[in-house]
Amino acid sequence: MSVTATAPPAARGSRGSALGRLTLTELKLLLRERVRLIVGVGIPLILVIIFGSIPFYNHPARVFGGLTLLDEYVSILSAFSLAVLSLTVVPMVLADYRAKGVLRRLRTTPVGPWRVLAAQVLVDLALAVVAVAVILAVARIGYGVFLPRQLAGFVVATLLAAAALMAIGLFIAALAPSGRAGMTTGQVLLIPMMFFAGLFIPIPAMSPAVQHVSHATPLGAAVEAMQYAAQGHWPHLLPLLTMAAYAVAFGLAAARLFRWE
Amino acid sequence: MSAVIEVQHLHKSYGDTVAVDDVSFTVADGEIFGILGPNGAGKTTTVESIEGLRTPDRGTISVLGLDPRRDRAELTQRLGAQLQDSQLPDRLQVAEALELYSSFYRAPADWRALMDVLGLAAQSKTRFGQLSGGQKQRLSIALALVGNPRVVVLDELTTGLDPQARRDTWALIEGVRDRGVTILLVTHFMEEAERLCDRVALIDAGRVVAMDTPAGLAGRVQADQRIQFRPSVPLDDALLTSLPDVTSVTRRGDVVVVTGNSNALNAVTSVLARHQIVAQQLRVEQASLEDAFIALTSSADRN
Repeated sequence: MSVTATAPPAARGSRGSALGRLTLTELKLLLRERVRLIVGVGIPLILVIIFGSIPFYNHPARVFGGLTLLDEYVSILSAFSLAVLSLTVVPMVLADYRAKGVLRRLRTTPVGPWRVLAAQVLVDLALAVVAVAVILAVARIGYGVFLPRQLAGFVVATLLAAAALMAIGLFIAALAPSGRAGMTTGQVLLIPMMFFAGLFIPIPAMSPAVQHVSHATPLGAAVEAMQYAAQGHWPHLLPLLTMAAYAVAFGLAAARLFRWE
Repeated sequence: MSAVIEVQHLHKSYGDTVAVDDVSFTVADGEIFGILGPNGAGKTTTVESIEGLRTPDRGTISVLGLDPRRDRAELTQRLGAQLQDSQLPDRLQVAEALELYSSFYRAPADWRALMDVLGLAAQSKTRFGQLSGGQKQRLSIALALVGNPRVVVLDELTTGLDPQARRDTWALIEGVRDRGVTILLVTHFMEEAERLCDRVALIDAGRVVAMDTPAGLAGRVQADQRIQFRPSVPLDDALLTSLPDVTSVTRRGDVVVVTGNSNALNAVTSVLARHQIVAQQLRVEQASLEDAFIALTSSADRN
């Protein structure tokens, strides 16, 4: 290729917006980094397959009003997938970008660092949607779990859960000094949050006091709303409002505290 | 020549620590202007204020007539920055990075041509994490140029590069200047400043202690000339010490070391010629920018 000082600028019409380009780039990086795919989609999916293959999980139980344990677990594992992506992957990537000066470098361009944040969240949201869809599809096809009967309600609950969890993930990213610190903080938070979401003990089997705490946590509220919608009802307002409150509170705190370097 | 960068009485503190006390300088169009100083002198804070990354506590900065904080959006279109310790995502490929960054600008340069000019064409599909130090540095220069800037700020351009890569990078920077780009260069390598810079501001403890051409700075140090030679026949020291331009004569084995003022070389060679002594392996050392650097920055320490 010959080099001339007057080389024509690259075709501009096909370049698209900077946000579009950044999102596409982040998507490519995501696909190259298998860890994120395995953590966000692979692990919840493997859990669906394991639980689905254990007969105990596949028998209708009275405590769940005649549903199987797996029916309950599909919502829990969907929420788990959202939580893993939001609480570990988002802080890991963004804190790493800050530590490496990627965000500082972007501050000196016309685009600024906000868009890379937005691109990252968009890509992880898209991955979360894919993860939930795959979990529902595998549970339906492989183990005869019904798809959410109140689909619109399920979508609203899932999106609000994603918003609340992403806001918490951004909050962690705002404070974490490094990618590793961000991921570790997210993982540590994930364990109690998953407990209150009923991953270890189903919520109906918890004592009433613990159930109250569970409903106040972002993942407890998410699972409550998602399970209700899965059974065919529009989710109650309280868990939806709880999730919205988390999204707003942590979103504002993250915006205030986020440092570019 | 009009001023491209004007900094006046810049002051910036972090808590109790004064990073930049009082810095003023002007960079003319098409110039390579060096900011030189020991570590912690305030060089990076100064250029980060020019890039709009820091808000000065006092003083004014104008870059191409723009205020780096107020006119930030416009400044980023016209100023390219190469930052100290700034990396890219490890899995991003060279061509992808250049194409992405070029999409940020109104009138970008042809990133493919830039990739060729910087010798990165063979690495176009290499991921950032797999590039060598020199290749990373060349990519960061390419990214600083991809927006077709009028001004480029290069911070610690060649730190961590091997001598060959450093020389290659210098040649590149001269090429950039020849395209009419004004360059602000932060460095602590004297050789780099001597080779590249038209003018240099020497910063120490947050203040400009001297500003001149590299040769002008070196000339300010009233350093003696040092003349070394091996006389062809034994030589009486008194022959040289009697010269008014010579301050001292010492010996290192059979090598004679003479120090004296700028006229000493003349005086010494004529005396030797008169006595038919040949000065073998004659070497003359003059004050360098490095001598100036040490003299000027250490005098500021004493104040």
